[in-house]
Amino acid sequence: MSKNAINVEKLSKRYRIGFEKQARDTLAEVVSDWISKPIRNYRRLRSLTQFEEKPQELMDVEDIIWALRDVTFKIKPGEVIGVIGKNGAGKSTLLKILSRITFPTYGTVELNGRVSSLLEVGTGFHPELTGRENVFLNGTILGMTRHEIDRKFDEIVDFSGISKFIDTPVKFYSSGMGVRLAFSVAAHLEPEILLIDEVLSVGDAAFQKRSLGKMEEVSKQGRTVLFVSHNMGAVRALCTRGLLLEEGALTMDDEVDVVINSYLSSKDVSTAGRLGWSAADAPQDKELILFGIEMVAASGEVKTTFQIDESFEIRIHYQIVEEVKNLRLYLRFKTTLGETVFATYEDAQIQEGFNRPPGHYTAICKIPANILNNLTYRIYIGFDSPGHKVLIPGKEYLEADIVDTSDGYRYARGAFDGPIRPVVDWEVEKTDQ
Amino acid sequence: MAKKEQEIQQILIDPQDQKRKLINWPELWQYRDLFFFLVWRDIKTRYAQSILGIGWAVIQPVFSMIVFTIVFGNLANVNSEGVPYAIFSYTALVPWTFFSTSLTSASGSLISSKNLITKVYFPRLIIPISPVLGKMIDFGISFLILLGLMVWYGVKPTIWALMVPVFILLMMLTSAGVGMWLTALSIQYRDVRYGSNFFIQLLMYASPVIYASSSIPEKYQILYALNPMVGVIEGFRASLLGTRPMPWEFLGVGALMAVAFFLSGALYFRSMERYFADVA
Repeated sequence: MSKNAINVEKLSKRYRIGFEKQARDTLAEVVSDWISKPIRNYRRLRSLTQFEEKPQELMDVEDIIWALRDVTFKIKPGEVIGVIGKNGAGKSTLLKILSRITFPTYGTVELNGRVSSLLEVGTGFHPELTGRENVFLNGTILGMTRHEIDRKFDEIVDFSGISKFIDTPVKFYSSGMGVRLAFSVAAHLEPEILLIDEVLSVGDAAFQKRSLGKMEEVSKQGRTVLFVSHNMGAVRALCTRGLLLEEGALTMDDEVDVVINSYLSSKDVSTAGRLGWSAADAPQDKELILFGIEMVAASGEVKTTFQIDESFEIRIHYQIVEEVKNLRLYLRFKTTLGETVFATYEDAQIQEGFNRPPGHYTAICKIPANILNNLTYRIYIGFDSPGHKVLIPGKEYLEADIVDTSDGYRYARGAFDGPIRPVVDWEVEKTDQ
Repeated sequence: MAKKEQEIQQILIDPQDQKRKLINWPELWQYRDLFFFLVWRDIKTRYAQSILGIGWAVIQPVFSMIVFTIVFGNLANVNSEGVPYAIFSYTALVPWTFFSTSLTSASGSLISSKNLITKVYFPRLIIPISPVLGKMIDFGISFLILLGLMVWYGVKPTIWALMVPVFILLMMLTSAGVGMWLTALSIQYRDVRYGSNFFIQLLMYASPVIYASSSIPEKYQILYALNPMVGVIEGFRASLLGTRPMPWEFLGVGALMAVAFFLSGALYFRSMERYFADVA
């Protein structure tokens, strides 16, 4: 196959954002404003879709943002590529352009092969229709023919695990069920080129494992896959090559390990809720290397500050060099005075009695909303094999600021007492006549 | 770019590309199953779990007919050209309801399709075109009722009734053309989105639904005929009810306008298509 699967040449995409409202001094101006407003509004709306025709420097000016700048790369058929970068780096825009959902401002794209995109699960699902009907609807939206869906229907339903409910209207499904069915439809697309945007984190842990497995299967079938994700473990597991996007520009195009390590150890992210090290600097022992830690909001953004009613994740990226019996990862939230608020352990190896094989892993600790107080907490992490040895000594690596900016509890000044602030139900009964 | 099993489909995305076809028929054919399922979803969700079921298709024209007969036929005594007002207005309501519901369906589906437009690729033309196909079912049912009414009132169709398929074609072409304009404008401009229903309602008064086109003064008749639905409606009435001679001038002007709407609508839609996901 001499033709490339994907050829992207100097791809750039510009968006116009926001508008400054100008202050008016005189009543006459206010009135004339009001009169000319429909004309100005119309011009403004028109300008959302119009730009000057002569090419400009690809720099951000005032109300213009370049989501992609001069991106160029070539992908051979059968390659599995990971696209990584901070939120806002341009990954989703790139996928949207390759999916023909939006159009580039400059540059060209050549796609050789049928393209299917998974940018969101369950697009077009209608609550009044049954699961079966939605499979067909969603499938045709994604580009399958009815014949194809017929052929694969049983497989799709089996994979989702909801065959019992396939003929009930979707509005009666739990959110997990709907999402699994939707993902299952998408997972059975058979395009030559598959574009996936962060959709592997649907469903419970068991389903996610199956999804990852299915994706591995798909990539081994020789399809070209472009995979956008924040889950470095998944990217490393599936991809051979990585593309790093930073503020719209393609800054790295190399082997996936190289790109991921570079991304995790970028210097300017240590103050922004993320820490990363290169292999040489990382905290390590002969069996284990800790590559990076980050705190991620539900939106996918890496942050240090979270609302009191916001759940977030702490992701820990590490590599097992040699199998370790009874490997345990411990995480503690501590106050600024050093007092432990709570401790939690990832000790599946001990509980279930198995040894994780060597490889790269990402452990995700899900911190629920409405349990922490509005304080600053320090996050203390370490790895050991209890009773046997310490692999990576515990240390405070990151600081999380939990804030309460809601209007409630105006009469309570400052933080509530105590290191935690769970939301607890109250009930009052009158007990006399 | 029809895809055969062995052949690899090539897609070129180039903002400078001038060679894009006005309507990519092979691609629309490739997505024909999506047309089917969107129409089918529309029907199923409208009629599912409702007592009257498919009866909803006829409620709109039948009830309109009843109200118009009372208000315009009896109270206002509008001239109905020799046939009972009820059937006079109903004959117009059948094609008119098709036109207005296919437009409101197209712009209505935008609000629910915002997700579709920003997350999935499919030929965007499906949005205005699929109601034009789907509402044919409603049209069919209303038309059967019309035939029933003709029997009831003892009205005999003329030989020109054979032209009905031509009127239907004109009706579909107009709906598609105006639909493409309206859809493209609605995606970009919120006021069009919210104002379009009202606008469509007003359009009814610019068409000979309640009154006969003979009520329009001579000198304005050609201007009046620029509305393609004028030709369609009077064509229906003339051929099925015999209320007037066949409106050839209206049909001629109307046909030209329908084609103009269709081509200009397709052009505008296709040129704005690339921005839909950005402004939706």
